[in-house]
Amino acid sequence: MVTSPKLQAQHVWKIFGDRRDAEVVAVQDLSLYVGDNEFVSLVGPSGCGKSTLLMMAAGLEPISAGDILIDGRPITGPGADRGMVFQSYTLFPWLSVEDNIRFALKKSSLPRSEQDALVREHIQLVGLNGFERAYPNQLSGGMRQRVAIARALVYKPQMLLMDEPFGALDAQTRLQMQELLLNVWQAHRTTVLFITHDVEEALLLSDRIYVMTARPGRIKAEIVVDLPRPRNLLETESDPRFAALRRQVLTLIREEAQRSVGAPMTPV
Amino acid sequence: MSQPDSSLRPAELRRPPVRLLDLRADIPRRWYVGAGVAFIAIFLFAWTAATWLQLVSPIFLPSPGAVLTELQDQATSGILWQDLWASVYRIMVGWVISTALAVPIGVLMGNFRFFEGLFEPFVDLVRYMPAVAFVPLTILWLGVGDTQKFAILFIGVFFQQVLLIMDNVKTVPRDMIQVSYTFGLSRWEILRSVILPAAMPGVWDTFRITVGWAWTYLVVAELVAANVGLGYRIMRAQRFLETDQIILGILIIGLLGLLTDYLFKWSYRRLFPWALQSR
Repeated sequence: MVTSPKLQAQHVWKIFGDRRDAEVVAVQDLSLYVGDNEFVSLVGPSGCGKSTLLMMAAGLEPISAGDILIDGRPITGPGADRGMVFQSYTLFPWLSVEDNIRFALKKSSLPRSEQDALVREHIQLVGLNGFERAYPNQLSGGMRQRVAIARALVYKPQMLLMDEPFGALDAQTRLQMQELLLNVWQAHRTTVLFITHDVEEALLLSDRIYVMTARPGRIKAEIVVDLPRPRNLLETESDPRFAALRRQVLTLIREEAQRSVGAPMTPV
Repeated sequence: MSQPDSSLRPAELRRPPVRLLDLRADIPRRWYVGAGVAFIAIFLFAWTAATWLQLVSPIFLPSPGAVLTELQDQATSGILWQDLWASVYRIMVGWVISTALAVPIGVLMGNFRFFEGLFEPFVDLVRYMPAVAFVPLTILWLGVGDTQKFAILFIGVFFQQVLLIMDNVKTVPRDMIQVSYTFGLSRWEILRSVILPAAMPGVWDTFRITVGWAWTYLVVAELVAANVGLGYRIMRAQRFLETDQIILGILIIGLLGLLTDYLFKWSYRRLFPWALQSR
């Protein structure tokens, strides 16, 4: 895996602000990689620059220094090779569930019948049968994120970038969605870079976890989640190894959280 | 989702007492509608009483009956229909010209900082200039025909409308635009198939509000150099102190404004059911 990473960040910097004396370093000399079909999470205290890194990987935010490579080629802008799921609801409210998913195939050269089949298959995948004709304002928050996931998968991007996709959901729905994503990923392996501040979520889903420092964001630690697969919510979380890893990651994050509280306040 | 067992349903349910003035609470529909109707009824009653009891001179305030008679006279002589058509035509053309320019310019300003920087200072300046002060200038420039009326309506509406449309466009969430980039769409494709449909309900509401303003500028537009139109009729009646005509004209403009407002509200619900809050 290490030999051919899908995504590789090399000494990436992100500095906001034009003036030298008023600049904010959001990401500092950060390097990481995500292997082919690997599920990697990025956790860290809030405001540490993890979302900024993801936006740079998506090509939606310019990189100040360093490079992010996809299959060895530096990214130059957003593209259909990287699907993205945001924390906020990004469904198009004027389109039904199936038309929202079909929208992602706008640039696809597939014939209409094959597009229809893909849309149907992905509605099935996220368990929204019977809601094809519903509009986003008729759906719960969890269902909207199911559509967003189906929409990000339907055009078969080479990797998924997910920015706290379950962050706005209530605790119960969140668990359901974690299990859904786990099952989808285990059935259809793809490369995922996943951002979360929920350590248990990261452990349940990931092959590896990067812990980031408080701002300016750097990689503090890399943790291999050596929990057996296939996983599921109940068994994996009762594994003693899960508890040990959880403790390890939480300790690292707490150090950073305390460091950032102890440090003078910087504008976020 | 099992059906509730009807045999277990309590025979009587507690109904909370309706408190009319609970904070933010809903009230029965008959109260809501009834209050609005009652208020207008009280207003009409007060008007009738004041004139009937001759509390005010008919020169200052004609009775509702006198206004109705005036309506009947104007309807049978055909003046009413001429005025109505002339004014509706002016409002329509003036507003459509304004809108046809305000939509593309507002969309450019809402999406591109360059166009915002280019136009906003100028628009901000002109929108505080009183439309009525442009009457002599527009006559000088455009003569006394309908073109001059369109110009006044345009000046009154356009410079506000373009800023409202810019704001409508800016309310489209950034994440919605960014996710569209990840589907491989170009800026132009996102503008056309994401930003425009997302902004449409807000823009439609702007249409509703600005067509209302066009009605309020009608009198200004027909202030000088008109010989037909609802606004002209009011201005002429003013000269001869025919207050029944003035009040009739004001009422008709008010009712037509209300009618266009309802048309836009009604079409909004038909066009954008997805934008309505689901309860």
